[in-house]
Order: sequence, then structure tokens, then C-alpha cells
Amino acid sequence: MLQPNLKEEEGIEAIETWNVGEQQELEGDEESKLSIALDINSTCAKVAFFIISKSMNSPTPQFVPSRLGIYEPIHQIGIWGENFKSNGNPNTSTSVIVEVDNKLENESETTSHEMLTASNNYKQEASKPIDKIQRRLAQNREAARKSRLRKKAYVQQLENSRLKLIQLEQELQRARQQGLYMGGVLEGSHIGFSGTVNSGIAAFEMEYGRWVDVQHRQICELRTALNAHISDIELRILVESGIGHYFELFRMKSTVAKADVFYVISGVWKTSAERFFSWIGGFRPSELLKVLVPQLDPLTEQQILEVCNLKQSCQQAEDALSQGMEKLQETVSSTVAGGPVDEVSYIPQVATAMEKLEALVSFVNQADHLRQETLQQMSRILTTRQAARGLLALGEYFHRLRALSTLWATRPPEPSLP
Amino acid sequence: MDKVTRLASENGLVLFSKSSCCLCYAVKILFQEIGVTPTVYELDQDPEGREMERALMRLGCSAPVPAVFIGGKLVGSTNEVMSLHLSGGLIPLLRPYHSMC
Repeated sequence: MLQPNLKEEEGIEAIETWNVGEQQELEGDEESKLSIALDINSTCAKVAFFIISKSMNSPTPQFVPSRLGIYEPIHQIGIWGENFKSNGNPNTSTSVIVEVDNKLENESETTSHEMLTASNNYKQEASKPIDKIQRRLAQNREAARKSRLRKKAYVQQLENSRLKLIQLEQELQRARQQGLYMGGVLEGSHIGFSGTVNSGIAAFEMEYGRWVDVQHRQICELRTALNAHISDIELRILVESGIGHYFELFRMKSTVAKADVFYVISGVWKTSAERFFSWIGGFRPSELLKVLVPQLDPLTEQQILEVCNLKQSCQQAEDALSQGMEKLQETVSSTVAGGPVDEVSYIPQVATAMEKLEALVSFVNQADHLRQETLQQMSRILTTRQAARGLLALGEYFHRLRALSTLWATRPPEPSLP
Repeated sequence: MDKVTRLASENGLVLFSKSSCCLCYAVKILFQEIGVTPTVYELDQDPEGREMERALMRLGCSAPVPAVFIGGKLVGSTNEVMSLHLSGGLIPLLRPYHSMC
């Protein structure tokens, strides 16, 4: 792993870049400061190894630096590497780590003869860098601490901006739908059916925006309540309102599905990451169980058995509905594609397809019914406290998916490859 | 005794369906997954289909098909079957009438 066979020139060079690095640390923007701090780290490591390699060959005790000092820089590089990855600057960290590893590996060609002759020269140089090294290490730690604090502040800023963005997005969606509706009114002749559809959608969008806000508030309440260890009776109230809130959503969806079932199935009312997981206009019940169950430990034997059975029956029901949907797709597709294509009129085919599409509303309702039943069964199987934890886990999961959507939408553009 | 009731009591698990109905297809798949074989009557292929539909509505089904009968008793439509299955009640109800692996 760590090969302390630095060439003497490399070692001296490392100390010199160190000096340069220290000056540079005082100026420049955040990124370059942090990368310079990383450089200091790596040179720190190089010098430390240099000293170890020399101390191995010379009997003089004065060059033995603390073992901690040697491992710390590498450890810090490792931490910073991961930190930078999450900040979206993977290139900086990985290249530094690779650099350090490469430099260390390349030194294996050093001959012992070189080291013996060099060690005599080094004896005079070594006494100077020892204090310098310890001072540099301390400065390094300080720089690392500062950078961690800066990173924390940055992440906090990011979180606030994210929340703001989510709110703005929702406002925009609502405004857009209302704009559509207004357009429908102005166009006069189009009011009829499309007006109803648009007003149904507009109403849903507004209600859903409110629903998400209430959901967020409920999750915070649950979290506080669980940490505060309130009584089971009080917790039950929160659990009931939490479950009831989901049922409210299914009611809303049922109403808007009658107005425009394609709207519900498309999932356009959800954020992009949520849409990725969409199954017949909502989340998969089996997915719900996968998210919940790990958060519920410890479960009794009886509970484990019941959850297991629920998982199985849920999966079977899901499969049945999925296959039913596939059959519906096949049916509609063959209906639309049917009949001669050299005929101008396709009305009969489209009209028949329309009838078949009515079934889509039933499927959306069945899917929501399955979601509702799954929630209900879990509520029955679990204790109040477990149910509260489960609701918190579920709400938090969707909350994170929404955050993921926002972050994805605001990610920096891909750097162009050379 | 009307045809529906008669047919429903002839077998342990009876499903009234329509060959074009995709929700009925879904229920059939569910039974397949559980490992049971219902006796299926396709109303759109039965000469008395219309009357049977009306009879089913009279019995309390919101939609005539799919309609599931177990042991001669009406269980209900897709909603009821799904709820029953998730609560763990469907399989025990079927057991006396079907040998399941």
C-alpha cells in the first residue's frame, strides 16, 4: 500500500512546493484554496514518507516523526475526495488521490545504493524540516477544518435554494394551468369539454400543491413527535391523519382521472424523479413496502410473517394489474391499427378505441385502491410507534425524490471532453 | 333460480367475465398467480349474457364484470377481491374448494 521510497530530489521538491503552496493559500477563490490545501496535504504525505524512508536506513533517532502525522494527510485526502465528489467536483479529488498514489508507486525503482549515499547528505537537511513539518501539519489540519466549515455553510445555502426552487416550480405549474384555463375561456368555442378538463386539472394542481405542503408539515411533526417520545394516544392521532392524508390524495386523483385519465397516468403532476418510478399513475405498492420495512425493526415474529404475506399478495396483485394494463395496450393498439389504411376515414377505429380506453380509468382506480389497501394493512399490522416511523420513512422518501428532481434539474452542465 | 345463481353454486370459484374486459383479465391473472383455476363464464359469448349482466347488477355488483363467487356466495368485483387478498382472507376462503400447492 504505502511505499516510502521517495527519491531524495522528490522529497526536497515536495518541501519546496509546500512553501509555494502556503503563500498561495492566502489568496484565490474557494475552489483553488481548497485544491491548494489538498496539494499541501499531498506534499505533506510525500515529505512524511521521505522522512520515514530515510529513518529506515539511518540509525539516528531524531528523524522519527509521529506515525499519526503520516497517516493523517492521506486520511484527510480520502475524506476530502468523497466530500468533493458530493459537491460535484469529482475531477479535483480523484486526480489528486491518483497523483499521490502514482508518485508513491513510481518510487519503487529507487535503489538502496542511492538511498545510502543520499542519507548522509540528508542528515544535515533533516533537522530543519522536522519542526517545519510539524508546523505544516498543524496548519494543514486547520485548513481542513476551515474547509469543512465552509462546505457546511455552502450545503446549507444549497438546501435553502432548493426549497425555494421547489416552491417556485409549483407556483409556476399552477400559474401555467390557470393560464391554460384562461386561454380556454377566451377561445370561446373550445370551452365545452376541454374547459371542464382544464378546470379539473387546474383544480387538482392547486390542491396537489397544498397536499405536498401539508405532507411536508406532517413529516416534520412526526419526526418531532417521535424524538420527543410523546404518548401512544397522541401519536395515534398523527398516524391517523397521516394515513388519511394519503387517502385524500387518492380521492383527488380519482376525481381528476374522470376528467383526464391520461393526465394522471402521465405523472406530469409529479416531479421528474417520482415520475421515473411511476406505475399506473403513482408509486408501486411493493416499492412502498421495500421503503418501509427496513425502517421498522424490530418486528415480532408474527409481524414478520404478516408483512411477508402482505408483500407476496401485494406483488401478485401488482402483477395482475400490470398484465391487465398490457392487455389493454394491446387491445387499444390493435383497434387503432385495424382496418384498411387506404381508407381516408379512421373514425370507426378511433371510436372503438375510445370505448376501450374507458377501462383505463378503472385501472388507475384499482392501482390507487391497491396503494390504499397496502397502507391500511401495514397500519393494521404495526404498532402505533412503528406506523409513525413508517409514515415518516415514506414521507421522507418522497420528499427526497422531489429534492433529487430539483437537484437534477439544476445540475451544472457536463464539461466537454477534450 | 336464475342462471347466475345456479352457475355460481355449481363450482367453488366462479368468475363472470367478458372476453374483451381487461380488468377481468387481470383478475384471471391474479387467480393464476395464487394457483387456483376459476370456472369462467364469458358473458359476451353467452346468448343470455345481457340478462346475466342485469342479474349481477341486481345482486349488488357496481360493474357486472368481473364478478367473483366463492362457494356460491358473491365476493364482489376487483376491489373486493384485491382487498380480500391483501388482508390475507382470499386464500383461506378458497382452500376448501381448491387444492393449492
